[in-house]
Amino acid sequence: MLRMRSLLPPLLFTLAYAVVSLGVTNSYYQLILTLVPVWAVFGLSWNLLSGYTGLISFGHAAFFGIGAYATALGQIYFDISPWLLIPVAAMLGGIAGLLIGFPTFRLQGHYFALAMLAYPLAILYVFEWLGFQEVTLPIKRDAPIAYMQFADPRFYTLLGLAIMLATIVLTQMIERSRFGMALLAIKQNEAAAEAAGINTLAWKLRAITLSGAIAAAIGGFYAQVLLVVTPQSVFGMLVSAQALTVAMFGGVGTVWGPVIGSVILIPLAEILHAEAGARIPGIQGVIFGIAIVCVILMAPEGLFWKLRDLVRKRSAKATTDVPPEAAAANVTTLKPAARQRAAKGEVMLEVKNLSRSFGGLKAVQDVSFKLHKNEILGIIGPNGAGKTTLFNLLNGFLKPSQGEVLIDGRNMSGQRPHVICEAGIGRTFQVMRPFLRMSILDNVVVGAYVRARSDDEARKMAADAVVRVGLSAVADRVAGELSTKELRLMELARAIAGQPRILLLDETLAGLGHGEADEVVAVIQQLARDGMTIAIIEHTMQAMVRLVDSFLVLDHGAVITEGLPEVVTRDSRVIEAYLGKKWVGHAAN
Amino acid sequence: MEGFFQALAAGLLIGAVYGLMCVGLGLIFGVMRVINFAHGDFMMLGMYTAFYLFTAAGVQAVFGNTVGPFVAILLAGPVLAVFGYFVHRTLISHVSGTRTASLEGEGHYAQLILTLGIALILQNGGLIVFGSVLASIRTPLSSSAWELGPFFDMSVFLNKARSIDAVVSLVMMILLSLLITRTRIGKSLRAAADNPTAATYMGIDVDRAHRTAFALGCGITAIAGGLLATNYPFHPFVGLEYVIVMYAGVVLGGMGSIIGAFWGGMTIGLVQQMSTLILPTQLQNAAIFAVFLLIIFFRPQGFFGRMVERT
Repeated sequence: MLRMRSLLPPLLFTLAYAVVSLGVTNSYYQLILTLVPVWAVFGLSWNLLSGYTGLISFGHAAFFGIGAYATALGQIYFDISPWLLIPVAAMLGGIAGLLIGFPTFRLQGHYFALAMLAYPLAILYVFEWLGFQEVTLPIKRDAPIAYMQFADPRFYTLLGLAIMLATIVLTQMIERSRFGMALLAIKQNEAAAEAAGINTLAWKLRAITLSGAIAAAIGGFYAQVLLVVTPQSVFGMLVSAQALTVAMFGGVGTVWGPVIGSVILIPLAEILHAEAGARIPGIQGVIFGIAIVCVILMAPEGLFWKLRDLVRKRSAKATTDVPPEAAAANVTTLKPAARQRAAKGEVMLEVKNLSRSFGGLKAVQDVSFKLHKNEILGIIGPNGAGKTTLFNLLNGFLKPSQGEVLIDGRNMSGQRPHVICEAGIGRTFQVMRPFLRMSILDNVVVGAYVRARSDDEARKMAADAVVRVGLSAVADRVAGELSTKELRLMELARAIAGQPRILLLDETLAGLGHGEADEVVAVIQQLARDGMTIAIIEHTMQAMVRLVDSFLVLDHGAVITEGLPEVVTRDSRVIEAYLGKKWVGHAAN
Repeated sequence: MEGFFQALAAGLLIGAVYGLMCVGLGLIFGVMRVINFAHGDFMMLGMYTAFYLFTAAGVQAVFGNTVGPFVAILLAGPVLAVFGYFVHRTLISHVSGTRTASLEGEGHYAQLILTLGIALILQNGGLIVFGSVLASIRTPLSSSAWELGPFFDMSVFLNKARSIDAVVSLVMMILLSLLITRTRIGKSLRAAADNPTAATYMGIDVDRAHRTAFALGCGITAIAGGLLATNYPFHPFVGLEYVIVMYAGVVLGGMGSIIGAFWGGMTIGLVQQMSTLILPTQLQNAAIFAVFLLIIFFRPQGFFGRMVERT
């Protein structure tokens, strides 16, 4: 049912577009109508990689050009039909994506974006050097249909629309699947995604392969429409820029963005070119540029998001919102009941002589401890004591210089984070980076995929996790509307959605007021009662003393002491580490 | 052998100017973390500004044909700095700096497309105002050379204009590093680049530092553009050819490192000239990108950059 409903808008749009284009007889307008879906698909292919993962590619022309040249040269040298060549082009584009992605994904942020710039430009000069300055496709008068050479240009429009519809539907399917969720998680925080059990490199490679295939296919179609291919027109920087322009103008990270951008910008550019450009060369570019600048200043995230925000605001005023009290009530039902101190059960996690140094700095030195089933272990220590570094060693962000991390007796030290997550360790982060525009439930689903076999199962597990942290009343609200406490609980839900056995919580109570901290503490206690084993880093001692079964105290990367809360808080070494020497005497009294 | 030294000399001379050009962008990129696609077009404006200052504004009449072009080029710097300041204030500041906290991807998407729009306006506006005819700032020095040597029967010829270009670039570079290391403005720029949040807490107006960086970056690149124009003809779309070289240089040098951008530009000049020894000239640019990719695969943080990752 849901699937049908989301299929309807693209179908209706495509149909309406087809009807309009069938009525157009002017061949110039027909060409424009064909180019709109072409650039929309190119924008969609870019969006698939860059919009969802946040890794901006300046080099999508590489795929586009490979497709265009494959389609052109295949006809010239091997006399193969474009009906066959375009799928071949897609395959080549996919392979190119894999080959480019594999080395380039080692780079991050701006480095990735700018490295991508180099590929199409390097290829461009090679093609010029090879003597393919201008390749004209052979005209096939005897078998026009078999060679995709239609007498009526409207067929090109229809074919372009079919490709666009297919790409939109594909993108929509990806958006809602494990694939799309993984990409979004990467965009949000690649490290956190790894920690949630997502093999980020594998998903990124899939994204660039698919994206390259689509870009190459539409490049091949473009060559077929224009019948002429030059290196500048398919590998040039302006081609890569075209993908960015339509997608960013329309809105990044949504299937409609590139379509909206293309529908508005391509006809605008072409008509300006024909009408104004003939009189004053260059004026079309100036007007086009001004149009882009103005729209971006008003809607920096693109038209789609601006419109959606406007619609949301209006509908939010119209409907009476869920009263916040209802949400709060749900949480406070979990009264902070006194928890039975966990008996020392089986050992879930054992850390042996773990060390890690950065240059000369020994961030963690020779740390050993055991985590028992159902235990809540509090890890405390002054700033810079190595608490977060310890967590990073435990969940695989950092490789230890020495020592072992045994999960169920198996040494997992040095494994990638997603492998360790699969082994049953979940974690949260000091810095929260939720998707502000997505609902709570969608934010949490990301964490569920490590265990879930299907999309439905993942949603069920996510919904379950949301209930366990007491956020079910606000599950459908977007994260941007939530308080810090609710976001912390959401992070917690994401970590438990993957059904870990051990949970590492990094300053989950940071930034919360007294009452709020109590609510979160109640949730954590309930998790422990339900069988979760927990290690938590925290500064606020009052909350910690009530929460944990035992403490591990770190200073300068080493364990000072460990034991029951009552004992540890009176330990003079702990007081000294926290407050300095002169307070040791005071505290004793 | 002679060819090698000749190419090396040519690479060093052009590399110095490329270096200065990259430093202009490196300043903006390092301080603001904004990818400015219009930077090549700011350079184009710098070239035309120097050109018209020389021919139409009387610099030629006052300083003559030999010194005049360089005076005009140096004057183009401040003109473009003012222009850059204005563009930042009216347009770019809306999608960068402290205002971007609430935007998706910290406003990178908006910055990219905004600067793409500005690039379109400048290129096509340039076409309307300046026309499509190739222009150049020729001096009598452009077509004469100093001979070094002969050493061991080998002579290396240094084009006089290019040699002076390189010297001017080096002097500018030294002045800039003094500005950045020794003055209060430089300090605020470095602070804003290093950690904008902490800089704000220390009472530094980060948005103002961004404006300064943008203006300074435009001015410096304009001067580099003028210097290039003494040997290479230009047209309104010339920015596209150089902006890629600029980014390659900045990334090679390491983002955030201003001196690194200079060495990045130098590397590109050297690769470009030396590659002619073994590759056909059409592949000169392909060689630049190939070397660029190789270097960042082996040293992703560039020559002078550092990797920072936090969880």
